[in-house]
Amino acid sequence: MTTTATKPSGSTPIFQQKRQMPFPLNIYQSAIGRKWVMALTGIGLLGFVLVHMIGNLHIYEGPAKMHEYAESLRTLGGGLVPKTFVLWLFRLGLIGMFILHIHSAYTLKERSRKASDKADFVGGNKKYESKRDYVAANYASRTMRWTGPIILLYLIFHLADLTWGFVGDGWEAGDPYHNVVNSLSNWFIAIIYIVANIALVIHIFHGTWSLFQSLGINNPKYNKLRRNLATAFAGIVLVGNLTFPILTTIGFINEDNRVCPPGDLECLVTQAEAH
Amino acid sequence: MSNELDLKLKIWRQEGPAVDGKFETYDANGISEDMSFLEMLDVVNDNLITTGEVPIEFDHDCREGICGTCSLMINGQAHGHEKATTTCQLHMRKFNDGETITVEPFRARAFPVVKDLVVDRSAFDRIIEAGGYISVNTGAASDANLTPVPKEASDTSFDAAACIGCGACVAACPNSAAQLFTSAKLGHLNLIPQGQAQRFARTENMVETMESFFGSCTNHGECHEACPKEISLDFIAFMNRDYVKAKVKNRKLAGQK
Repeated sequence: MTTTATKPSGSTPIFQQKRQMPFPLNIYQSAIGRKWVMALTGIGLLGFVLVHMIGNLHIYEGPAKMHEYAESLRTLGGGLVPKTFVLWLFRLGLIGMFILHIHSAYTLKERSRKASDKADFVGGNKKYESKRDYVAANYASRTMRWTGPIILLYLIFHLADLTWGFVGDGWEAGDPYHNVVNSLSNWFIAIIYIVANIALVIHIFHGTWSLFQSLGINNPKYNKLRRNLATAFAGIVLVGNLTFPILTTIGFINEDNRVCPPGDLECLVTQAEAH
Repeated sequence: MSNELDLKLKIWRQEGPAVDGKFETYDANGISEDMSFLEMLDVVNDNLITTGEVPIEFDHDCREGICGTCSLMINGQAHGHEKATTTCQLHMRKFNDGETITVEPFRARAFPVVKDLVVDRSAFDRIIEAGGYISVNTGAASDANLTPVPKEASDTSFDAAACIGCGACVAACPNSAAQLFTSAKLGHLNLIPQGQAQRFARTENMVETMESFFGSCTNHGECHEACPKEISLDFIAFMNRDYVKAKVKNRKLAGQK
């Protein structure tokens, strides 16, 4: 044989270990630490998703109560703090968690891509000649890298649609009931909401189970419950969130019996008080 | 009498680490269904040698499922489709007559191909060197049961110690992560009293060495399914917990319970 003897490359690291940063930043330097951050921010974001869904159920109480709910979010903390102060704390917290969640996910994905380099990393997964037959990995876990970006795009669309009023005409500041009906009675927009919420639920189905493993919360006494919790959580979010676009498109949530004209906030306040 | 199988094999041939490889097709006729997968490859190699061709290189040693030397991605699954078996324990009766079997090396960047189906798994040795041991003074054998070990803990430690370090977990992992291997090696020492003194230093060193070679876990669970020793995913959770503990803990107090 003419092949020259080379030092086996398996013994040289692929990733250079960087100098340790001071605690607690050194935790984020490691992949396992990043998974912790992903899990913890995931818990925060799951909390948001659930509270957001439950809060939105106020839509079934009509325009006045919906406005009252929206206003009570802005006046969280009562008279102790300036208006929208607590709301902005929550918003900044969510933005921070979102950025950390995405940054750790992206960098870990890149790490895995590099670690599979010679193995033809295709579409987020490494490839073997014979079709890989996944045994344990379910659809949710394999599509985290696709459902994640879909949720991000949807989030931007959702904010532009209902918070900023950039999508379509007829958006009224401070009248969420009207804005929801105005936007979701368009079946095309409703489909965007339905598809995105299904992606969200697929994402959190794997995330809710996976975060326990990442955080090392593992005990044979309740390990089975982790999967059940993920299924229940995903199911509740799915049903709750899908009622809004579906019931609006079919006309169950409508403005036919509305007393106040859209955007008339004073009228909405008086009506809510009269309730 | 045993049945015989006629098979087609699609096998990865690669002359050396720096050369591109490709698939070659071979016929394997008259294979006894009582053979192991490696014995079948022996027969194919015998034929290749007789016809003056270069035999197929593959790793093997004990051929009884305890050494962790044999590898092979068979039809896209590490050690083949049978659960809890190594390639040497995989019998040809698990295949059908006339079947085409694709055989590839374990793939990950940290497992470069040495030749054909042989990969260099020395990255695992680097992880073990980083802390996969306990430091004790040797001398006369100490009394049995000198250190009380809870039964459940010793059982779990044994379950982890069953890892033979074959690398199937890395091969099966879509991320080429070595979490199952490293957590098993950590688990069998960290779960019993004898391993406590170095527990956090060990965890930190082994995890960081692992991360310099391998990808990041996404909790698919493919590694556990591929593992010939059925190492549990629980050990990965234990490792994750111990790693962050290692970062946070005040080790000046490590002597306290």
